[in-house]
Amino acid sequence: MAEHAPAPVKPPFWNDPQVRAIAFQVIALVVTVAFGLYIFHNTQLNLRRLGIASGFDFLSSPSGFDIIQTLIPYSPTSNYGQVFWVALLNTLLVSALGIVLATLLGFIVGIARLSKNWLVAKLALIYIETFRNIPLLLQIFFWYFAVLRAVPAPRQSLSLGDAVFLNIRGLYMPAPQFQPGFGWVLVALAIAIGLVWWLKRWAWQRQMATGQAFPILRTSLALLLGLPLVVFWLAGSPLHWQLPELRGFNFQGGWVVIPEMASLLLALSVYTATFIAEIVRSGIQAVSHGQTEASLSLGLNSSLTLRLVVLPQALRVIIPPLTNQYLNLTKNSSLAAAIGYPDLVAAFAGTTLNQTGQAIECIAITMAVYLTISLLISLGMNWYNRRVALVER
Amino acid sequence: MSESSIAHVPHPNLPPPSNSIGAIGWVRHNLLSSPLNIALTLLAIWLLYLIIPPILRWAIIDATWSGDNREACHPGGACWVFIQVHFGQFMYGFYPDGQRWRVDLTALLLIFGAAPLFMHAVSNRLKVRLGLGLLVIYPVIAFFLLKGGSFGLPVVETSQWGGLLLTLVIAGVGMTAALPLGILLALGRRSRLPAIQTLCVTFIEFWRGVPLITVLFMSSVMLPLFLPAGMNFDKLLRALIGVTLFQSAYMAEVVRGGLQAIPKGQVEAAAALGLGYWKTMGLIVLPQALKLVIPGIVNTFIALFKDTSLVLIIGLFDLMNMVHNATTNPDWLGFSTEGYVFAAAVYWLFCFNMSHFSQKLEKRLHTGHKR
Repeated sequence: MAEHAPAPVKPPFWNDPQVRAIAFQVIALVVTVAFGLYIFHNTQLNLRRLGIASGFDFLSSPSGFDIIQTLIPYSPTSNYGQVFWVALLNTLLVSALGIVLATLLGFIVGIARLSKNWLVAKLALIYIETFRNIPLLLQIFFWYFAVLRAVPAPRQSLSLGDAVFLNIRGLYMPAPQFQPGFGWVLVALAIAIGLVWWLKRWAWQRQMATGQAFPILRTSLALLLGLPLVVFWLAGSPLHWQLPELRGFNFQGGWVVIPEMASLLLALSVYTATFIAEIVRSGIQAVSHGQTEASLSLGLNSSLTLRLVVLPQALRVIIPPLTNQYLNLTKNSSLAAAIGYPDLVAAFAGTTLNQTGQAIECIAITMAVYLTISLLISLGMNWYNRRVALVER
Repeated sequence: MSESSIAHVPHPNLPPPSNSIGAIGWVRHNLLSSPLNIALTLLAIWLLYLIIPPILRWAIIDATWSGDNREACHPGGACWVFIQVHFGQFMYGFYPDGQRWRVDLTALLLIFGAAPLFMHAVSNRLKVRLGLGLLVIYPVIAFFLLKGGSFGLPVVETSQWGGLLLTLVIAGVGMTAALPLGILLALGRRSRLPAIQTLCVTFIEFWRGVPLITVLFMSSVMLPLFLPAGMNFDKLLRALIGVTLFQSAYMAEVVRGGLQAIPKGQVEAAAALGLGYWKTMGLIVLPQALKLVIPGIVNTFIALFKDTSLVLIIGLFDLMNMVHNATTNPDWLGFSTEGYVFAAAVYWLFCFNMSHFSQKLEKRLHTGHKR
């Protein structure tokens, strides 16, 4: 054929890129859909065979078990829907506290790692290399089974000024009790925040117009602390502290941090802080030294250089991986299930699933929650990235 | 005019002041350069004083090193007898005593097979062949050795596998299976075909968005529902599937980073030479991209290795669970610290060496890609 036709030969249709593209996509879609249908079909058969009714009706039936830490009112007569909310709040609580602690520790260690002091830098390095290379679950177990089991029983509690007690049941702290007038203090705080915001704008405009700087930090601090304190005093100190008291075999009253939460929190923040420290170190090192030199030659002193030149540029590098670590910490908080802290995985995907047998629903809801959290965080991340992205010509 | 008064002999340089060089100079420069620095040094020394002596006393000076039951242990120090007695369990799990040579043989095969990969004298060609052999043939040999059932070896069920053996099996299988899957997913995510791209993005983001523990839960409670009645999977295999799918999503993101770093000119040049998609990717883009992201791949491996400890949740007896199990043994209560410190040391050794290796590799492969 070819020798009779000098005109360019049209490739056979199976070599046409467009046909191929469509064919590949159709095949991929058909395989995916078929696989999905196959699983769906099997699941239906299995559920019918096992006599499990699918659906979310189980959420309104009573749970019948108690939870050791609840942030909202809950009792064994509450339903599984409330178990979900209690568990979700526990997950969010431990994640939020863990994020704060890990960030603090991580920034301190990350800066220590860059210290000119050899001993401090090496200590930070040893901390990072030790805790980064040990599985998180092992660290949780270590704190829970080896360390916190070694603290004394309630009657021999370690105490700090008769207000804070540590024993095998947990860490007991005084709880604040707000009296009726306390609302005014909050109002004062809100007013102070508003004033600081207005002051900042005004100071900025004045500096732009006249070049005169205003001691904004000191004034704001004075406003934020002073105004609520004055109102607090005027309202007659509407705040009491409820101290934990030893009654019978255990302490009553006050705030308590249960050992499950304490060990989870410790392990999560110590482990994640090692990663944050490395992120902080590389972020600061990413700002070229010329920036510091240029800023010093413009006459800025070293603290202004750090605040106005180095940090804003370092943060641009630090924040994206940092949010990733926050996300990791939130997901890692699910290891709570191993020591019985009632988080989403332990109380909902664990106990609830075992009691009701609604495996698909429970796992799907749990996964959906984590997916939502990670989606929200990555949306926020994208927004931030757009805001701080370098604007080039 | 005398010659001697004109001749100008430069005085030799004075040596630097003795307190700015040598040990004293180093200490002054690195530890005592400013008041803040002195305070930090004192703080660090105080911290070391708080931490080091008690640990040394517990772990070495007051510790018991030999014996065969708990009565041999002195109070106050570590009781390493606990580790000594359980060492076999920690390494092999419930693998039958008489068959443990098979595990040793499997490990030796891997060590001797992989050793040439790390030697400079071996040519790259041989390394590639050896690597491929290890990837393809070794798993088959290892499976038959460990599981048995042929060549006259008695069968050892996977439920008897445990300890470090199981940890290494999960990590090894996860690594070798997640890498190719991850590469395919990364290629799919960068594909111009919308359907393929959407499928890959959904897959990757789904697995990256959920914690591994829910994946393991899913593989243990939901997988049996997905399969036709009567078809039953081994518990280990279910965990392996979960770990592999989870880790392949992370691997895909690492590989994607490398793909994005390759200039478009490379693909265009390959197209101009008449290479198709798979040849372009396999011969031009992937070799460069994978080389760029080797450190990232090793980091994913490290994460996977640490994550293997999570199989404890679904009742597999890996190193972590064997140690935990031994600490709850009524005959040996109260030695959880020793157990966890031992397990931590084992995990640490593996992870630290991997990360060290990746740093060295990064330096060696840094052949001027980054401008």
